[in-house]
Amino acid sequence: MYLSTFFANATPALPEIALLSMTCIVLLADLFFSRLCPRIPYYLTQLALLGVICLSLCALNKPQTSAFFGMFMADPLSSLLNVFICLTSLFSFLYARSFLEETKMPLGEYYTLGLFSVLGMMLMVSSQNFLPLFLGLELQSLPLYAMIALRRSSGIASEAAMKYFIMGSLASAMLLYGISLLYGVTHSLSISEAAIIFSQGTATHNTVFACALVFIIAGIAFKFGAAPFHAWAPDVYQGAPSIVTLFLGSAPKIAMLGFTFKFLVQAMPTLQTQWQLFFIILAVLSMALGNIVAVVQTNFKRMLAYSSISHMGYMLLGLISGTQAGYAAATFYIIAYAFMTLAGFAMIALLSKAGVEAESIKDFQGLNYKHPWLAFLVMVVMFSMAGVPPTIGFFAKLSVLQALVQVDLVWLAALALIFSVIGAYYYIAVIKTMYFDQPEKSTPFPTLPLDATIAISVNGLLLLILGLFPSGLIELCNKVFL
Amino acid sequence: MLGQYLPILIFILLGIVMGVLPILGGWILGPKKPNKEKLAAYECGFPAFEDARLPFDVRYYLVAILFIIFDLETAFFVPWAVVLNDIGWFGFWAMMIFLGLLVIGFIYEWKKGALEWE
Repeated sequence: MYLSTFFANATPALPEIALLSMTCIVLLADLFFSRLCPRIPYYLTQLALLGVICLSLCALNKPQTSAFFGMFMADPLSSLLNVFICLTSLFSFLYARSFLEETKMPLGEYYTLGLFSVLGMMLMVSSQNFLPLFLGLELQSLPLYAMIALRRSSGIASEAAMKYFIMGSLASAMLLYGISLLYGVTHSLSISEAAIIFSQGTATHNTVFACALVFIIAGIAFKFGAAPFHAWAPDVYQGAPSIVTLFLGSAPKIAMLGFTFKFLVQAMPTLQTQWQLFFIILAVLSMALGNIVAVVQTNFKRMLAYSSISHMGYMLLGLISGTQAGYAAATFYIIAYAFMTLAGFAMIALLSKAGVEAESIKDFQGLNYKHPWLAFLVMVVMFSMAGVPPTIGFFAKLSVLQALVQVDLVWLAALALIFSVIGAYYYIAVIKTMYFDQPEKSTPFPTLPLDATIAISVNGLLLLILGLFPSGLIELCNKVFL
Repeated sequence: MLGQYLPILIFILLGIVMGVLPILGGWILGPKKPNKEKLAAYECGFPAFEDARLPFDVRYYLVAILFIIFDLETAFFVPWAVVLNDIGWFGFWAMMIFLGLLVIGFIYEWKKGALEWE
């Protein structure tokens, strides 16, 4: 009886509770049944994610409800982000299976760590208090460090894990310091209470608050990988196995956006003018550096890493506008970005031969002659990243720029367009390599696993279909901010 | 005035006696068969005097990490037990869930053989 009342209080957190239970089951199933059926952690993981997606979809239309003494709040925005966090993770885990089996990496550990990370991301978007938010962030990051180092024989992966760990800890420390200063200003860790105190406007005109804001924004920028806090991104993206890169490049960014909304939009809605300038600097630097440095890269993973830096810049443009439409545009952008990144890195993992990843752009030379369908999908991904219609990337860029123009930041929108044109060069260079260059020599083409091939086709076509019919997703993103 | 401190003086003296007596007793009554190992300074698992920068067996870290989890669990349990009356069944079940999660971790480390020293 008492247990039932305990759970009755916790119903808004049902997706999270379900995921935690399933993660424990996956861990135990891997221990006891992996001899009988080595793929059992994989099947259970996908089942868990599907279940959580259904639960979050059910919660999408419910009004906001809080649980655990106001520490936790489920609202339409968190449900929407949860759905896409789980969906992108589902795709990542699907791409990972064949590579894990081929390279004999520990399958059970990959999926258990991955699920724990997803749980952290879900807490990042639905906690209503600074401490659980921070705990969610750590729960999201810590498994990722271990996942990068999972391939123990690879020196470059260990290096990447070490770099990511040190930089990530630094970012966490900065965020935590910012939170502690914020607590000093507001005397509360609750986001709702902080919002009330900030709206009274007395607490915000002092140096302590300015310091808190600087530290928090620096921490957030670190985690996003936005310039000038981007230095870890290229090395980590390149060094980590592709199946980990595609996970850490997609879902955590969605969660990080939810985290940013909690801090900046929900806790300090009236202080938009104070944090706007920081983000303008971050966005301009990210777009410039990401797009210009990506041009000279010969490693495909590194190029995509710089491309992700520039994408973070574009996404921040939506935040800068500070309007509901801008926030919706940023959400739309991050979802589009997650699917594009997923497809890009999945292609590298798919084309790997005997555990050696196809990470050089040269590996894509003449792909059209060997496998025209894959070449077509890469082309869709590249066009989408460049923002060419009719792909989802075009509407993502369009909506953030629209939001900027609406608040009279036309110069910023123009700047974004110029960098976008520079960016188009290296995306199109990849397409040229695939379609107009002859394949180097007749190396045997790797056999593609069926499930991953279907997934990449769905993923690639999704970029195209959502680009042709974007209104549904755009409306959904708008609705959660009303 | 100073008489007030008499109990404290007695307490201190009693403490010293309680500490010294067993040592003296052991020294007088115990057999004495010293050897080199017995006389060496106590050091856990290492020769007492050598270079401080020696390669460490990685299993020490594993045991240390596994230990600290359960050490922290105890640190969690004591304050919980003290206020259990105030936090009621919600607090009780919250701790049981926490304990259950730790047990799952424990099963994992046991089954993976992290507790075996070989």
